[in-house]
Amino acid sequence: MATIGDIHKSGLPHHGHAHGHDHHGSYLERKGGMIVTIWDWMTTVDHKKIGVMYLFAILFMFFLGGVAALVVRTELLQPNVATVAASGSVTYSGNLIGHAFGQGENIAKSNEFYNRAMTLHGVIMVFLVIVPSVPASLGNFLLPLMLGAKDVAFPRLNLASWYVYLLGSIFAIISIVQGGVDTGWTFYTPYSTTTDAAYYNVVWMVTAAFILGFSSIFTGLNFVVTVHKLRAPGMGWFDMPLFVWGIYGAAIIQVLATPVIGITLLLLIFERLFHIGIFDPRMGGDPVLFQHFFWFYSHPVVYVMILPGMAVINEMIATGARKPIFGYRAVAFSTLAIAGISFIVWGHHLFTSEGEVAAVVFSALTFLVAIPSAVKVFNWISTLYKGSISMATWNLYALAFLWLFTIGGLTGLFLGSLAVDLHLHDTYFVVAHFHYVMMGGTIIAFIGAIHFWWPKMFGKMYNEFWARIAFFLVFIGFNATFFPQFVMGSQGMPRRYANYVDVFQPYHFASTIGSYILALGFFLHLFVFLHSLAAGRKAGPNPWGSLTLEWTNASSPPIEHNFDHEPVVTHGPYDYDNVIPPQTAPGEFVLPKPAAVAIKH
Amino acid sequence: MASIQADPHGAHPPAEDLSRPYHERYHAAHHFKSRDHEFDSVKMGVWLFLGTEILLFSGMFVAYAIFRMMHPEAFIAGSGKLSVGWGLLNTIVLLLSSYTVAAAVRHAQTNNQKWLRINVLLTFFAGLAFLLIKFVFEYWPKYSEGKLPGKFYSYPYSTSEYEPLWWAIYWGATSIHASHVIIGMGLFAWIWLRARKQHFGPGHYNAVEGVGLYWHIVDIVWIFLFPLLYLIH
Repeated sequence: MATIGDIHKSGLPHHGHAHGHDHHGSYLERKGGMIVTIWDWMTTVDHKKIGVMYLFAILFMFFLGGVAALVVRTELLQPNVATVAASGSVTYSGNLIGHAFGQGENIAKSNEFYNRAMTLHGVIMVFLVIVPSVPASLGNFLLPLMLGAKDVAFPRLNLASWYVYLLGSIFAIISIVQGGVDTGWTFYTPYSTTTDAAYYNVVWMVTAAFILGFSSIFTGLNFVVTVHKLRAPGMGWFDMPLFVWGIYGAAIIQVLATPVIGITLLLLIFERLFHIGIFDPRMGGDPVLFQHFFWFYSHPVVYVMILPGMAVINEMIATGARKPIFGYRAVAFSTLAIAGISFIVWGHHLFTSEGEVAAVVFSALTFLVAIPSAVKVFNWISTLYKGSISMATWNLYALAFLWLFTIGGLTGLFLGSLAVDLHLHDTYFVVAHFHYVMMGGTIIAFIGAIHFWWPKMFGKMYNEFWARIAFFLVFIGFNATFFPQFVMGSQGMPRRYANYVDVFQPYHFASTIGSYILALGFFLHLFVFLHSLAAGRKAGPNPWGSLTLEWTNASSPPIEHNFDHEPVVTHGPYDYDNVIPPQTAPGEFVLPKPAAVAIKH
Repeated sequence: MASIQADPHGAHPPAEDLSRPYHERYHAAHHFKSRDHEFDSVKMGVWLFLGTEILLFSGMFVAYAIFRMMHPEAFIAGSGKLSVGWGLLNTIVLLLSSYTVAAAVRHAQTNNQKWLRINVLLTFFAGLAFLLIKFVFEYWPKYSEGKLPGKFYSYPYSTSEYEPLWWAIYWGATSIHASHVIIGMGLFAWIWLRARKQHFGPGHYNAVEGVGLYWHIVDIVWIFLFPLLYLIH
């Protein structure tokens, strides 16, 4: 290591920060034995380590939520048979499920089990996976690097947010071990205040969501201040990578919306424990108030989920097309527009429970969201136009995002139209729409982004061939799972039911098989990642030929304080027309075809 | 510039004179350029946090507004049973504590260590006084008379069907506020312990400023709660 460091110290302009500085090891370098290393990670305030810790925690939760989804899909293979519960392949622990399954017929057991598995899937995926997915893992890792900073503004708060996330997860797991909840992830009153009356599962689960909110606020607050205060010299607001804009927009929503769910869930806990009556009409309360409160947070928060997904797409599309992002400012402002509009459309979740005038107003406002969303999609397509498009796994994911998010977005317009929504309300159409946006959008972007930044995070390349195979499995599996749901939803299959009429069985069958293919794809990805960690080829500092600071000025993996010297920004993040990407090694990165070769001035 | 390049972290000067007080020796965390840079960042973070506090309480205020509109008679009946005197006294206590905490920040800026400590302590005791008045003269009598929220309501002389809902709003809003007062007292205890070790001075008073701002928001919430709960009939 020392010799490489010495060579670099002697001064090659662009390769001066490559791996192996003389006294600054990579952030992954072990400080000592096993115990010392674990202690070092558990107490670290390094944003990179916290990002990696978040990544593994989130992926583990993704696995749990995915298993619950497979249980749900397996149950739905057949219309009326208690597939899962009757097969005896699932054992139950905890008093509540034991109680529920101790009596009654198979079908009742099955319904009970289905409701809990479905809720488990929803709560885990929303609160523990998608909300923190991109911001807390990749955002933590990348934000300071992209801004040219040494860390986020408040490193200890950052570590605290991870522990708060862990605490929230523990509360959720306690609830699950006791038998789980059957409320759905929305915790609607009065059901959530009366179900399982003798047990505290709902309280544990709601408390978990309450705690996770703090983790989200800490992260968001940290990011807003970091973006405002820690940009490198020469980096104005419109010199920031669009990833930063997306994370910034999401962070603002996290800070402004999450407190509202805090008070909502607190009131729900009061209602549940003390029956204070705020959501109980018999005592003068109003259950619809809960829905308003809930969606005042939970609608903005779906933009907390999608904006970071869109954010990573910018980086992948620009790098993958070797072109500047078309309409940088339009994309940046559309991020802020989405963040702003997100706060005035919550009423479209209440079309059937709020007043008619309110429904009309919220329907009209809802269509506003389409404008900035479409601005982004059209700008990405324009960016790709005449580009030299990379077919690396991460860019395949970016392209898949364009397809799936567009389908998800357009079907959102159906649901925003009042008359159509009355037909589609509470059907699988809504489920499919939601999954096309949240999974086809955020999760697809997330998986792509992990591939994109994998070399930077761990200093290893992954196996491109097998990763692409896995991508195709995921893409096919995803569409096979959720496209049939659009069809059966439009034909009237209601959501959240364990049983259905026979006519829907072909769709459910296709959907379930699709979910198995999807699971196969994700497991293949897991093996590709594990293989990369164990035996991956060493990655150079800039394998994809990008122009943002984490690629051009940091090694792979970065040193502990990110940069040898504070970077000074001299070119835009997507200035591919004027700058040849530095830090790329010969043979590692193939320059684009002659027609689109970047011209050096 | 030369010294910065010799030390890439940019945070640790070569030698420390431990006889100087902590706030003079203090250097910003390594990712900030200067103490001012850090101070500005901390202040922005605190303000954002205060924004989340306002939004947290806004839920209670919205619930108040909606239920007041739905059941005005319950709110009139309920708020008539509060003692304006104790509420007013608590308002005065909190307003005075707003002065003492502002004074504490000022004394940190002017390096007046003794009065910094005194004012922090005074603010702590103002918080304690608020809680004592709240619990002894308001919560306890209401608790023993059964003026409690929801299913625990057992006050026999209620004049309105939905009065328990009013008490839910009252107990909900004031207890969340009181929990903020308790947290604030904890923070002032921490500030006081650090102030005794001369941690704060003209160049470094981030924590005093931040906790002070937090305390002001706790006061302001009460400034709104007091008329809404006690004065409007």
